[in-house]
Parts: sequence; structure tokens; C-alpha cells
Amino acid sequence: MKNKPSSKFYNGISAPYALWCVLFIVAPLIIVLYYALTNSDGNFTLDNIKHLSMYGDTIARSIYFGLIATVICLFISYPLAYFISKTKASTQSVLIMMVMVPMWMNFLLRTYAIMVLFEDTGIINNILNALGISPVHLINTSGAVIFGMVYNYLPFMILPLYTAMTKLDYRLIEAARDLGANGFQTVKDVMIPLTKSGIISGITMVFVPSVSTFYISQKLGGGKYTLIGDIIEMQFQTAYNYNLGASISMLLMILILICLAVMNKFGEDQTEGGVVV
Amino acid sequence: MSKKLSGGSKLYLAVIFIILYAPIFVLVFYSFNSSNSTSVFTGFSLHWYKELVKDTATIAALRNTLVLAVVSSVISTFIGTVTSVGLHYTKTKLYKKSVMTTTNIPMMNPDIVTGISMMLLFVFVGALLHKSGVLGFGTMLIAHITFQLPYVILNILPRFKTMDKYLIDAAEDLGCTPIQAFTKVTLPYIKAEVLAAFIMAFTLSLDDFVISYFVSGPTFQTLPIHIYSMTKKRVTPDMYALSTIIFIVVFILLVLSNMAQDQERMEKRRIRRELRQEKKEREAI
Repeated sequence: MKNKPSSKFYNGISAPYALWCVLFIVAPLIIVLYYALTNSDGNFTLDNIKHLSMYGDTIARSIYFGLIATVICLFISYPLAYFISKTKASTQSVLIMMVMVPMWMNFLLRTYAIMVLFEDTGIINNILNALGISPVHLINTSGAVIFGMVYNYLPFMILPLYTAMTKLDYRLIEAARDLGANGFQTVKDVMIPLTKSGIISGITMVFVPSVSTFYISQKLGGGKYTLIGDIIEMQFQTAYNYNLGASISMLLMILILICLAVMNKFGEDQTEGGVVV
Repeated sequence: MSKKLSGGSKLYLAVIFIILYAPIFVLVFYSFNSSNSTSVFTGFSLHWYKELVKDTATIAALRNTLVLAVVSSVISTFIGTVTSVGLHYTKTKLYKKSVMTTTNIPMMNPDIVTGISMMLLFVFVGALLHKSGVLGFGTMLIAHITFQLPYVILNILPRFKTMDKYLIDAAEDLGCTPIQAFTKVTLPYIKAEVLAAFIMAFTLSLDDFVISYFVSGPTFQTLPIHIYSMTKKRVTPDMYALSTIIFIVVFILLVLSNMAQDQERMEKRRIRRELRQEKKEREAI
């Protein structure tokens, strides 16, 4: 027997959240669109959209850096997650905890610490000096920016991969080996298809923040490698051109939606992604 | 099942963990330096910890961060829990679907876009009301609740899948009002998820920089924003002292929660063993 007041009651108690969504999720995005399509006097214009072409290089660089960082994270994390999932249950929980601890440290301080390590008179060069090796220039290079991305977002790749690996049936790997597959074939034909959900959520979770970052490039790139995030931040915090900033943000959002749609296309047959706590 | 790792894979794990921890150990190490150099260690001292305690701006930012985290996570856990119940039992499928799709937007959007979209909303409404300087505690609270809610809801909602749907019907047939059915049946069932959601919301708030950065005003600064303005210049080692303290607190909390989980696992195993024993004894009789 279904009693009607109860059903109405359940719609009623979720209504405040629905209203919250409209006010603070949907409305802000409409306002971004409004700012992107108007000038500072509030009149309609397409100038902000036309100005986007000025930032072609920056956009290309952001995507390029984001892709490289994501690929490096994937290549580092895949074997790592596999090794972790092969250890004893108690060791696994300790190792996963060790992956999570750096994530809980303030991201700005972690990036600053990398800067301290990489500087020309920093710790790495001091160690090299002491060993009699000539110093290397690390800070303010594109490599340093990408290292910063990899370092900061690596746990976001390891955790979903690890979740996927723990669900993996190792007998399948053994079976593949017994049936004559070599190491490469086992990884390509057995492990990767079975851990696809983890791979896809890991890629998403590293790529999105890498493409949109603005602090890492400022600290480790020395202002030489501006990314989309830097330009947006500049428009809102120093140049005060909200309209242009809004149009760049729209572009960034569209880019990421396209990337996510492509990713989801690959993972269509997967219903559940690796969820990270 | 679990085979021993080869030497090579152990080495690989070690190298990655060393890289992962090297920057953190640099911060910890130089927080004990007696001079403010980050390349030469001149001697052990607690000087920078004393400086940190004296730094009123940092202490104020720390207090603001905690206040904001507590208030926002309590509100978002409350709204999120009630909403999850409502969404699970709603009969209007389209309503549920559109709410869930909207919930996913802040999870997919880059933080910077979420941040500036909320900032533009506040500035826009402020301009309509002819008010300037709208950005402050209120706007940060709204922003934090907004980015916490999706995590809270997505943490709690899946739990209902395993719940017997007749439990609520039974409670109501036995004379519970919907609110009593919620507090006496549903809430105890989802307790663990609600707690996990609260902890997650709390830590998300503590750690958020990007969204806070855009919606904060000069009147209310949190620790990440304070750290950001400090790292624009040359950072003094009292920031290292602060990060060392954060690191130690985080580490202790994680170790404790890990131990609690282990304890729980052991407890469960013990209960299972006792049950088995009991069963055997009964069979023997």
C-alpha cells in the first residue's frame, strides 16, 4: 500500500537542494555566458569571443602540457597500483595511506617546496655540486611545470587505478600467461581492458585540474609558460576584464566537456567508475 | 593469492615514494633551521615555530578556515542527507534525473570555472542591489556548501540501493510519521555514509584554494588564501613550520583511522570465529 502524503513529502524535502542547484550551479553558468557576450557597459558584443583567437598559443600549450602530464601519471601509476594491489592486505592499506598523505598537504605549499628543490641554488643543485656534477637548470622550464602537474595530481591517478586493480581476478593473468601470452600481451589484452574504468577516471581526474591550473605554471614556470588558468586568473584578479575572463572560462569549460565526452565514449560499456575517497 | 614482490618492483615503489615525499621533507627539515635560508642548514632551532605562534594574521586565517569548514560541512551534510532520502524515494524520475545531472556539473567543471562563475553571480547580484564589497564570509560559505553538496550526495545515495525498500513502508504502517521513519529507520542505516560524507566535506573545505580565492574578500581570509599571498613573495620558514604541523596532524589522523579500521576488521574476525565456535559446540550437542 502506497500512502500519498509520504511521496509528496519526499519530493518536498529534496526541493531546497533543487532550488540551491538552480541558484548556485545553473544561474552562475548563465551569468558567465551573459558576461562573455556583453561588454563592460552591459551591451551585447562578440568582441570577447573574437579576442579568444589571441590566446591560441596558450590554449594549445595548456592542452599539450595537460596531456603530457596525464600520460606520465598514467605510466607511473599503472605499475605502481599493480604492485600495491599485489602486496598483503595490511601493507596495501599502509601504502595507500602513504599515497594519500601528500594529497592532504596544502597544494600551494607542496608546489612551493618543489620550487625550493629546483632552484639554481636549491637543494638538488647543492647535492649535485657536492657530488662534483655540474648544476642543471630546472626551475622556470616547461619540464618543471609538467613535473609540478605530475607531482600534484599523481594520487588522483593512483587511487582509481588501485581500486580497479583490487577487483582484478589474478587467475585471469595467470591463465593468459599459461596460454602463452607474453608480458606485453597480458597487459594489453587482459589487464588494460579489465581496469578500463580506473584508467578513464584517473585520466579525467588528472587532465581536468592540469589543463585548468594556474598556480603551478606561475611558480615553476616563472611566468614564461602561461596557461589558460593563468589568463583567466589575470582577467579576474589583476586586469579586471570580467567579460574577457568569462569568455575564456566558457572556452575552457567547452574544451573539457568535449574531452570528457570523448573519454566517456571510450568507456561506454563501463557502468561504474573507480570512485576515490 | 598475493605473491611476493620482486626486488625490481620494490625498488620502483621506493623511488616513487621518495619523490612523492621529498618536497614535504624539505619543508619539514628547513622548518627547524635556525636561519631563514632554504639551501644551507645552519643549525637546529624552534625559532620559526615561535614566530608562527606570534603571527596573528596566520592564526586568524587558521581560525577562519576552521570556522568555515565546520559551518559549511555541517550545513552541507544536513542538506545532502535530507536530499538523498528525498531523491531516493521520489516517484518523479525526470526530477531525480535532472537534479543528479546538475549535481554532476561542479564535479566535472574545473575549479577555476566554478570559482569565477560564483564570483560573477555574487558581483552581478551585488551590482543589482547597488552594494559593493559583497565578497566575504557569506559568499565563501555559499561556495563551499555548493562544492561539498555533490560529494555528500554521491557518498550517501548509493547506500540506499542495498536498503530493503519495505523497511520504511513497515515503519509507516506501524504508525511512524515520515519524520520518525527517517530518524528511527533510515538514519541509523546510512549513519556510516553520513559520517564519511561529513569528514570528506570538512577536508574539502579545509583544503580548497581555487574556488575560495575567487569568492573571498579582504574581510575574510582562509589559510590557503593567506598562504597564497605569502608565497607571492619569498616565504619565511614559519610557513614551513605551519606545513610541518599540518603534515603531522594529517599523518596522525590517517594512522588513527587506519588503526580503527584494522581494529574493526579484527573485531569482525573475532566475532565470526566465536560464532563458528558456538555453532560447532551446538552441533556437538
